[in-house]
Amino acid sequence: MKHSTRIMIGVGAMAAVTALVLSGCSSTTSPSASGGSTKLTPVTLQLQWVTQAQFAGYYAALAQGYYKKEGLDVTIKQAGTDTVPITSVAKGEADYAISWVPKVLGSIEQGVSVTDVAQIFERSGTTQISFKDKNITSVAALKGKKVGSWGFGNQWELFAGMQKAGINTDTGINLVQQAFDMKGFLAGDIDAAQAMTYNEYAQVLETVNPKTGKLFTADDLNVINWNKDGTAMLQDAIWADTTKLKDAAFQKETIAFIKASIEGWVYTRDNPQKAADIVTKAGSTLGTSHQLWMTNEVNKLLWPSTDGLGVIIPAAWQQTVKIAKATKDNTGKTIITAAPPSTAYSNTYVNAALKQLKAEGVDVMGTSYTPLTVTLNEGGK
Amino acid sequence: MRARPGVRARSALLGVAGVALLALVWELYKAVGPATGVVVGGVTVLPRTSDLAMPHLVTMFARLGDPVISTPGSPMLWSAVVGAAGFTLGIAAVGWIVGVVVGFLLALVMQRFRTAESALLPWIVLSQTVPLIALAPLVAGIGSQVRFGEARWQDWMSVALIASYLAFFPVSIGALRGLESPDAAHVELMHTYSVGWWKTLIHLRLPASIPYLLPALRLAAASAVVGTVVAEVSIGLSGGVGRMMVEYASASSGNPGKPWAPIFGAIIIGLVSAGFVAVLGLALARYRRGEVNA
Repeated sequence: MKHSTRIMIGVGAMAAVTALVLSGCSSTTSPSASGGSTKLTPVTLQLQWVTQAQFAGYYAALAQGYYKKEGLDVTIKQAGTDTVPITSVAKGEADYAISWVPKVLGSIEQGVSVTDVAQIFERSGTTQISFKDKNITSVAALKGKKVGSWGFGNQWELFAGMQKAGINTDTGINLVQQAFDMKGFLAGDIDAAQAMTYNEYAQVLETVNPKTGKLFTADDLNVINWNKDGTAMLQDAIWADTTKLKDAAFQKETIAFIKASIEGWVYTRDNPQKAADIVTKAGSTLGTSHQLWMTNEVNKLLWPSTDGLGVIIPAAWQQTVKIAKATKDNTGKTIITAAPPSTAYSNTYVNAALKQLKAEGVDVMGTSYTPLTVTLNEGGK
Repeated sequence: MRARPGVRARSALLGVAGVALLALVWELYKAVGPATGVVVGGVTVLPRTSDLAMPHLVTMFARLGDPVISTPGSPMLWSAVVGAAGFTLGIAAVGWIVGVVVGFLLALVMQRFRTAESALLPWIVLSQTVPLIALAPLVAGIGSQVRFGEARWQDWMSVALIASYLAFFPVSIGALRGLESPDAAHVELMHTYSVGWWKTLIHLRLPASIPYLLPALRLAAASAVVGTVVAEVSIGLSGGVGRMMVEYASASSGNPGKPWAPIFGAIIIGLVSAGFVAVLGLALARYRRGEVNA
């Protein structure tokens, strides 16, 4: 009698595990959202972080069917903390990857052959922010201060900027390792913190100022913008494998992919609220006002476009390469020691895509673009 | 090893008291601790007590009752956390089962063949020195190129594989010690009956291994859960609590209660998996003559 009770408990436990196993399986094997047309070319895009409005254009292109229209069945892959998007492309796990240019320049020097086929972000979103009472109104004022840095390849504009201002970055500042939230900044561990205009800056503005009981405002902060300071480096770009690009079919596919992606970004520019909703629907859990803020700020980095969205401006590329070669960070290393090969970027594909889009009457310049004014709520809600 | 009802009730009560004590210490320190934390020689030894660093427990729990985001149709935070916890638990369970099976088979082989023990054991120990952050991208990368006919390797399988990689270790070591635990007299008795290895295994070694195996299974369950959460973060699988922690971290300043929600989810997973192994132990109570920690 006792014996059989125990066996029943055992059986029950096994059944419980089996149920868990099955639930684990069923919730992950969601069918790929393609329409079932067999003619579509499967394409994988590897992002450099989680689903958020930083990548709104690609999600918009997917949701609006722009990729499908170009004959592509696109799968967008989010990144984990240990994902190196360029490695995914080099290994053939993804066809295209989104990554910052300086990070990739290092990989290229290590022997990876990839090409920047479209420079989606024309401007840099990285800033160094500080509260007004620290009185850091210029880069030179960072001297002797507690300066936050994320490291991991996000620090180069900051180091280049400080060195340009004549600060010895080894002895002249107190470098603080910054986490991916703004608690250290708010608690005063960091005087000047790294902040992306589209993310961390907003995180501060979503926080209640204990002194006033209201949210912090832009008036409480000084912002050092690397675009104005001349040490901005190129950020989000679309990268493809250089060897694969020799194949005519892949060239065509690349033009189609860039074309649809630009269309997605045009949609994001013209419909920021809808684009933000698309990103949220794609699984982002960022707060509603934060998502819209991010969409709007990212738009500002793209629009208006100087030479048409995605075109790599040689002067900006050279500036990025120059900083990558000359700037030493706190480890005493530079990103690269020699200029990258000429295959590191190409405007061939983006120009072909832009030509098609212009012929279709799509505004790829955004000359008359005006950003929204987004009101952030507490906690980004 | 049968616990009387009174003892059971007492230990349950002690468990609840422990949680209550933890909550009390948290709120007490928050109330009386210095706002800037306790700093000794430039090193913070006790945390700040600000609402950002240590939100009130009420804040954390109240947040669970709000929607995840304010967009209409967004689920309540608690239900999102429970869903994520179920997802992670499912993967951890797959990892645990694979790990237990592999670990136990390895132990059997090592017990049966002395050469196998000399050959395998160093590698089994060595396997645990590979850092997870090095292993995870490797598994995910290789996995993405694997196909079984039409079916493709899924990211959750990579996570389960990494979980099993951590889970198999205590099982193989514990089971091996357990299988080798019978006294020489008992083994020799089997010899005198001229009983083969299989029968000795079933009637002597397996029952004798239970006291060693159960703690190993518990360790394996903990390892599987940790492995799943870390691997989710590392390779970027969304849906579970690991990923939720990364996603919610950005809300930590403006919405301090939110990042704690996935931590509660992780606690649920821990409780359920510990409870499961306890139930398993109950079913095998006949063989538990005092447990031996691996």
